[in-house]
Amino acid sequence: MTDEKNEKQVLHEVTSGEYKYGFFTNIEADQAPKGLSEDIIRFISAKKNEPEWLLEFRLKAYRHWLTIEEPDWALLHHPPIDYQDIIYYSAPKKKKELSSLDEVDPELLDTFNKLGISLEEQKHLAGVAVDAVVDSVSVKTTFQDTLKKHDIIFCSFSEAVQDHPDLVKKYLGSVVPYTDNYFAALNSAVFTDGSFCFIPKGVRCPIELSTYFRINAANTGQFERTLIVAEEGGYVSYLEGCTAPMRDENQLHAAIVELIALDNAEIKYSTVQNWYPGDKNGKGGIYNFVTKRGLCKGNSSKISWTQVETGSAITWKYPSCILLGDNSVGEFYSVAVTNNFQQADTGTKMQHLGKNTRSTIISKGISAGQSNNSYRGMVRVGKRAENARNFSQCDSLLLGDKCGAHTFPYIKTNNPTAIVEHEATTSKISDDQLFYCQQRGIDMEKSIGLIVNGYAKDVLNKLPMEFAVEAQKLLAITLEGSVG
Amino acid sequence: MNKTKQTYYPLEEALIEEYGKKAAAWTEDELPGISKLRHEAMREFRKTGFPGNKLEKWRSTDMEPVYQEPLSVFTDEITYDKKIDEIFQCDVHGFQARVLSLLNGSYYGPEESQLTVSPEGVIAGSLLAAQREYPELVEQFYGKAKTAVADGFKSANKAMARDGVFIYVPDGVEVKDTFQLIKILNKKGLMVHTRNLIVLGKNTKLTFLHCDDSVNHHEGFINTLSEVFIGENSELELYKLQNLNDETALVNQTVVHQAANSRLKVNVMTLNGGLVRNEIVDQMDGEGAWSDINGLFLIDKEQHVDNQVYVYHNVPHCESNQLFKGVLDEQSLGVFNGFVYVAPDAQKTNAFQQSSNILLSRDAHIDTMPQLEIYADDVKCSHGATVGQLDSDALFYLMQRGISFEDARMLLMYAFADEVLGQISIEPLRVNIEDMVKRRLRGELSICDRCVLHCSHPDKPIEFDIDLSKI
Repeated sequence: MTDEKNEKQVLHEVTSGEYKYGFFTNIEADQAPKGLSEDIIRFISAKKNEPEWLLEFRLKAYRHWLTIEEPDWALLHHPPIDYQDIIYYSAPKKKKELSSLDEVDPELLDTFNKLGISLEEQKHLAGVAVDAVVDSVSVKTTFQDTLKKHDIIFCSFSEAVQDHPDLVKKYLGSVVPYTDNYFAALNSAVFTDGSFCFIPKGVRCPIELSTYFRINAANTGQFERTLIVAEEGGYVSYLEGCTAPMRDENQLHAAIVELIALDNAEIKYSTVQNWYPGDKNGKGGIYNFVTKRGLCKGNSSKISWTQVETGSAITWKYPSCILLGDNSVGEFYSVAVTNNFQQADTGTKMQHLGKNTRSTIISKGISAGQSNNSYRGMVRVGKRAENARNFSQCDSLLLGDKCGAHTFPYIKTNNPTAIVEHEATTSKISDDQLFYCQQRGIDMEKSIGLIVNGYAKDVLNKLPMEFAVEAQKLLAITLEGSVG
Repeated sequence: MNKTKQTYYPLEEALIEEYGKKAAAWTEDELPGISKLRHEAMREFRKTGFPGNKLEKWRSTDMEPVYQEPLSVFTDEITYDKKIDEIFQCDVHGFQARVLSLLNGSYYGPEESQLTVSPEGVIAGSLLAAQREYPELVEQFYGKAKTAVADGFKSANKAMARDGVFIYVPDGVEVKDTFQLIKILNKKGLMVHTRNLIVLGKNTKLTFLHCDDSVNHHEGFINTLSEVFIGENSELELYKLQNLNDETALVNQTVVHQAANSRLKVNVMTLNGGLVRNEIVDQMDGEGAWSDINGLFLIDKEQHVDNQVYVYHNVPHCESNQLFKGVLDEQSLGVFNGFVYVAPDAQKTNAFQQSSNILLSRDAHIDTMPQLEIYADDVKCSHGATVGQLDSDALFYLMQRGISFEDARMLLMYAFADEVLGQISIEPLRVNIEDMVKRRLRGELSICDRCVLHCSHPDKPIEFDIDLSKI
């Protein structure tokens, strides 16, 4: 059958797009020696001029990390990670304090331009404040003036430690304690920078805040930490993007994101993750082990996670919500795309503790090539969570006959008034849909693109406008080669 | 887990000690292959012990209190002195069955009927006797079933189980009578291990009813493993009926291998039981295999039911369905772990999985994990899970029509359970079980000193107190 052959060929073409962000910027970096020890932690802490309590926190985390083992329950296979072969601190060399965009290293600006996030353009046109993190150190935050007017604090984590130590001390580790898991302990010990955002009482953040993470230097790990606090009635929408250059070795990324929403506050956290996934033969790529958790501490608070995961050789990530306040709401929308030899084990955890808490989970997995894509999620309804409501839908789409799609939902219900529903389907693109499109003169390649985009629409719609555009493009690059 | 266990629970110690005492004597009247398996399994058991709740598959079921109990591991042979009817009576109206019984772990029957061969060549009886009479047949299949996840109970069973039921259906025979296995403990504080082997040749048919009953209120622990092999174009209907007292723990494992175009139907009904763990593994080895695995559990007090279902689609063109429903009251705890595996290249697979549960009390607890692991693209797989209470709209609708709250609630619960009950194809059995479920829902069914089936009176059907004139 020529048609079948054709289809296979197109599928092959659309699933063999190459990584387009694989450039390497030659920025001079200030690095720590390889390896991990208490001395390295002291070195990082000293470099960043940190107060004593933070060093203590790091050391406690490190000592705890030494006592625990790497988790092996995820459906992931990788050679053992040598934690002594990683550079835990790498910063672009700073010449002096920067006060305007013009002073930012032009090569760095160029990097951002290649990424399609021109700071300049976004500053004027999109009204997005960007905090860019390259190799663990936050470079520049735009739009400080507008934010200042509203008393919003948005700065790099190191600045926050210097300028707002009380706030950091109060909330750091309150959602993800260093004892939480192996990678959280590692991050707590060696985190270098990240973003800090504080929305005071009753303030709606007028612009969308954004951070770009990028791993640049070879052999470095990126360990950033994001902390967002929204006080009573506050609102913020936060965007996070990630990219890394092509390298043969595997690089490690172990981040922590903590969100705290007090009464009536809302936090919307969107991620487009496009770390280098490794080449077509599965060589290289980022190991992405991330702990993300939001705490709906106050009544009627809301936390919403949206993620588009297209990159990384390995993704191990479960953005979760603890619904502690009464009437609080948790949401999780995810599109995870894996291709070639990528492996993703991602999902969420919804812990219903307060009364009338609601959560929604929409997860769309797309696997192609020889990749494996798993959804792993847990919905737990505590004893006091009256009238808790959850709806989960996890769909998997298989492109090609060598890939795998897996679903591991855990539902634990401890209250009779709870209503919990879970649905999942696994299938390939239906021949009827393809036929329907082609019959109307759309070629095979475009049809697949159309169907895949339509499939992921539920989630893409939840992304802020410009991220949605970028996410669609990313879907196209990761999956579709030339298909738009 | 490669670590060797350092300390043992009392029950583990008792088991290892019993093995030490008996193993040498057992080699005299059993197949050397089985003794060898026994030895290997014991070595494995010494390493792992019984599973603790740190293991992924045992997270929701903590059996540690059972390991602490002063149970004696029982492997003595039973002498036949009175008819099974005097110990236990099972009397289903209009239901003809060929009864095989296991008493305290051994096959129970008069000397001459340890193993019978029907005119068509169907062999049924004691597994121990079958080893003497048909060594090649037993050797070919014994211990060959592929379990899903290794654990201490499987190795304990392999090491300790002496006897059980053996059924062999030769090619081309459709067995008309239903075989019924009755498993009883009638002494206090026993832990018994039994092992069943069921082999169906090509183009055969068998209906098998596997009952676990208690005849008293003593504590006990049953660890049983059934190996089932279904030949090409054959059909097996397997019913498991569990009505045990609240003190008994049951670990029940069934591994089925299906050849091409075979059909398997499983119905697991748990009406009562202190701690029940059912593990069903369905290995689809031949194209065109079909299976339908259903379960229903109605539990209250501090009962605990854990259903684990593993379906392995190893080849293309197979279909599997799973439907498990649970009604949980008081402090009971239910677990459902469904797992569907689709092997690479097992194209054109259809697999469906559904778990629905109703919680009736504040302290009841359900964990459900319907899981899919899929490595082929041309498949249709779906699963769903729901946990909730009775639909308040439906309740309102019924009450609005003059049906009391209690009756309306009962009616809805019965309707919920009926989706599974309706799958039972043996008419008299279905009527009886439906009747038992009704009684169970009303709290009228309790474990008596005879068979629960005996308690039911299908000729006097239970009526809902509904004034039809008001509808």
